[in-house]
Amino acid sequence: MLYSVFMLALRSILRNLMRSFLTILGIVIGVSAVITMVTLGNGATQSIKAQISGLGTNLLMVRPGQRMGPGGGGGGGGVPQFKEGDAEAILSQIGGVAAVAPEGRSSLTVVANGRNWATSVIGSSNAWFDAGNWKLASGRLFAADEQLAGAAVCLIGETVRREIFDGTIGQTGLGEQLRVRKFSCTVIGILAAKGQSGMGDQDDTVVVPLRTLQRRVTGSVKVATLLVSMQDGSDGTRLKASLKQLLRERRNLAADDDDNFNIFDTQQLAETLSSTTQVLTTLLGAVAAVSLLVGGIGIMNIMLVSVTERTREIGLRLAIGALEREVLLQFLIEAVVLSALGGVVGIVIATAASWGLSSLMDVPYAFDPFINLLSLAFSAGIGVLFGYFPARRAARLDPIEALRHE
Amino acid sequence: MSDLLIQLRGVTKLYGSGQAELLALKGIDLDIRAGEFVAIMGPSGSGKSTAMNILGCLDTPSAGQYLFKGAHVEVLSRDQRARLRRRFLGFVFQGFNLLARTSAQENVELPLLYRGDSAGVRRAAAAKALQAVGLGGWEHHTPAELSGGQQQRVAIARAIVTAPAVVLADEPTGNLDTQRSHEIMGLLMALNQEQGITVLMVTHEPDMAAYARRMVHFVDGRIASDVPNLYPTNSAPDAALPAEIL
Repeated sequence: MLYSVFMLALRSILRNLMRSFLTILGIVIGVSAVITMVTLGNGATQSIKAQISGLGTNLLMVRPGQRMGPGGGGGGGGVPQFKEGDAEAILSQIGGVAAVAPEGRSSLTVVANGRNWATSVIGSSNAWFDAGNWKLASGRLFAADEQLAGAAVCLIGETVRREIFDGTIGQTGLGEQLRVRKFSCTVIGILAAKGQSGMGDQDDTVVVPLRTLQRRVTGSVKVATLLVSMQDGSDGTRLKASLKQLLRERRNLAADDDDNFNIFDTQQLAETLSSTTQVLTTLLGAVAAVSLLVGGIGIMNIMLVSVTERTREIGLRLAIGALEREVLLQFLIEAVVLSALGGVVGIVIATAASWGLSSLMDVPYAFDPFINLLSLAFSAGIGVLFGYFPARRAARLDPIEALRHE
Repeated sequence: MSDLLIQLRGVTKLYGSGQAELLALKGIDLDIRAGEFVAIMGPSGSGKSTAMNILGCLDTPSAGQYLFKGAHVEVLSRDQRARLRRRFLGFVFQGFNLLARTSAQENVELPLLYRGDSAGVRRAAAAKALQAVGLGGWEHHTPAELSGGQQQRVAIARAIVTAPAVVLADEPTGNLDTQRSHEIMGLLMALNQEQGITVLMVTHEPDMAAYARRMVHFVDGRIASDVPNLYPTNSAPDAALPAEIL
């Protein structure tokens, strides 16, 4: 019985192909919008997580300043900067710290090989490479005396190498002279590529010893950022607390003074950012779900029209012996098949759209079977919900009246 | 031939209430035996359609008794009457009431679908019924591709496909020209004579009523006359081979 009623429903859908398509359009749009939003949102979350873990895991970034958002710029005005001594003190006095790198940063144009390139010049120590999970593609790190003396040596990131040296025969970049503002440095190492991060292209960088940057570029002994990498398995919360205590002491803060520095935890940053995108994903999904609901109302509308239009047909079916519940079931199944069909088409469109958009937006394509199944079930549910009322109206028709209907 | 199929006893039908009250049937007694061919006639408003609806178990009397094969119909629920209709009754309407964009075959199969017959049984029965109304070979045509007479033949095939005890025809020739009307009447007569199907037909055309062997006249909600037709029209012009097919 169910099978034959199902076939009846399918037949009447196929008989009105154009209208069936228009009926399910709302559901199609709703389902594809929900799935696309959620898939793209998940992709964005994934990519943010990947980018932040690319910055280095178990990494604390300490910056001077009263209040600063994640990823903000340099220190606030009037707040004391760090000194190189702070880095040494942290490393020697706090347990669980693997490396501490003082970091200075300056945006400059570098020139070599007849080309120039605007990049970010970083002054730091060898600890910087550990803290940031950097690997050498070729060459070497700084020698101890180079760091002490502030020698004119540098390591370059993949992007800088590509922009300055790519396509020039016999020049790998290694050992070449790179002109940074008024001084020239020898390229002693090339860093392995890391790719994009939340902070931009990480490979677009030139690293010189901290002293070199201080003496030849900024002309100050101040340090903008301290990168503190924790040993694996160390207690981040406790480490952060003792780091905070130590810095407060070194910066002579009274008990009731606010901190004049901020400690960013990349792990925490990752969680904050990804929870933000998740909230956004949920919101966008919810907005899209409203269109799914509107699509359901569209189905109810068309089903009501269809019941009115097919009044004589319903009368005939009742006259030749269809039971009330068989007519109800026929129209209900028709609505459910329609809306489920809309769900399937929506899923197909959403898969294509989110695949295309994710490559366009440069986020990974994060297929989520749960949201696909949920949307399909939801659209079928909408069919039941909005199909019931028109179906009941059809089933309760008086066959005599219905047959007389024009 | 003389089993009592239908018995109406003091059947009344009241529509509306208060000022708008209308007594459409004022106590009808009617016996119909299996195998009869009855024409129900009368002016509009005489209650013949109301009586037909009650006889077809589409409506229930306000008072009185309706026995179908000795069973009380007036006490049955809506679904029980539907089951009775699908088992014992076939309907032919003035407006054919075929499903549009649906082949003749599928239209005829429709009542079998509600009986839960398998696809094979349905197909065979529908083909046989279409053959019986002279539409063998027209199975895959949709109503739009058939003439009015052919459409009514499909409707008759649909009515007889379940091998019903009674076929109720409500003005079956009302939408057809004279020649087609005579063909349809010839077909109904043949079904009545050859397959023993009881035919109840409402008509206001004396020419068509003349095919029946009994004529019941309704006037003002009562049966004014109930007489046998001693000389029913017998010469159905090409009933088996309708002109429009040739």
